[in-house]
Amino acid sequence: MRGFFKSIFERLMDYWRVLSSPSKYFSLGFLTVGGFLAGIFFWGAFNTALELTNTETFCVSCHEMRDNVLAELKSTIHYTNRSGVRATCPDCHVPHEWTNKIARKMAASKEVWGKIFGTINTREKFVEKRLELALREWDRFKANDSLECRNCHEFKFMDFTEQSSRAAKLHERFLSSKEKTCIDCHKGIAHKLPNLGKAAHMK
Amino acid sequence: MRRESHSSMSRAVRTALISAMVAVGIGLPSAAIADDPIATLRNWGISKEPTPPPTPKISNTDLRQGRNYPEQPPVIPHSIRGYQIDLNSNRCLQCHSRKATELSQAPMVSVTHFMARDGQVLTSVSPRRFFCTQCHVTQLKVRPLVGNSFIDVDSLIEGVGNKKGN
Repeated sequence: MRGFFKSIFERLMDYWRVLSSPSKYFSLGFLTVGGFLAGIFFWGAFNTALELTNTETFCVSCHEMRDNVLAELKSTIHYTNRSGVRATCPDCHVPHEWTNKIARKMAASKEVWGKIFGTINTREKFVEKRLELALREWDRFKANDSLECRNCHEFKFMDFTEQSSRAAKLHERFLSSKEKTCIDCHKGIAHKLPNLGKAAHMK
Repeated sequence: MRRESHSSMSRAVRTALISAMVAVGIGLPSAAIADDPIATLRNWGISKEPTPPPTPKISNTDLRQGRNYPEQPPVIPHSIRGYQIDLNSNRCLQCHSRKATELSQAPMVSVTHFMARDGQVLTSVSPRRFFCTQCHVTQLKVRPLVGNSFIDVDSLIEGVGNKKGN
């Protein structure tokens, strides 16, 4: 056993010796330009792959998303409306700005775990877990001042005269004063609400 | 002999059936439609598929409308598209419940809604009054399909008083 670890250690030291010594055959120009080009290629590939996971097609390729949350979205104004502009999953659930996007993507890797172990692979399991999932999203929206809403619904460009008087009044009172943020009132607009009896949020 | 009677009987039945079908399926409904506009809201024969009238807009004025009689459930003066009213949640109560009215400035659900069927007043909306849209409805900007001559009780009393010459 000791011999096994020793041989692995020696192998690693061999690699280190190669990496730490100057190049013997390749020119400096080849290495720098080659490294630069490889970097561009890697970066492009990385971002392309990232964007591929940032589409609705990717999200609903799992039945958990297709049969629950997408099905519920379909009847709402964020899916079908008079002008045909619509929000896809990542528009609301993934920040658009790069740093936050990567952070969100890393957090979302837990969803891969969930998929593998079937955390919500039946309707019953999903309904059971819905409150927890919703609370997590609401906390996220609350913490970033409903950033994803504001990517489209920017307060500065809201025309109160075009809103119903009820909406205008409430926006004037709570949104312009920054007393509340979008998600405080607009919960459950794209998906069905969980049983809120258990949630302190809405009491 | 037996077979003959059977076939003649079936022929008679068939003739009767066909004539009945002709009468019911083609003759009568069109006559009824022509004569009585209230008999059916579908003013076309069964085989025709008419272009439906445009979907009317929901009245979204946010202005409370008067009640036509004291017990009338007030109508909803705003859009309720996508409002969720089910076991989990009640979108209406998010503004109209007792606690929410301070923030929302919406009218509170009447306390009669807190009463269970034995007249016991509960702390919040009784389950039997939970489904708002059973009684409260939005309004569309349309011409009534059927006219009516309903008279509000106050107008009625006034009218009677006037007739007596008091």
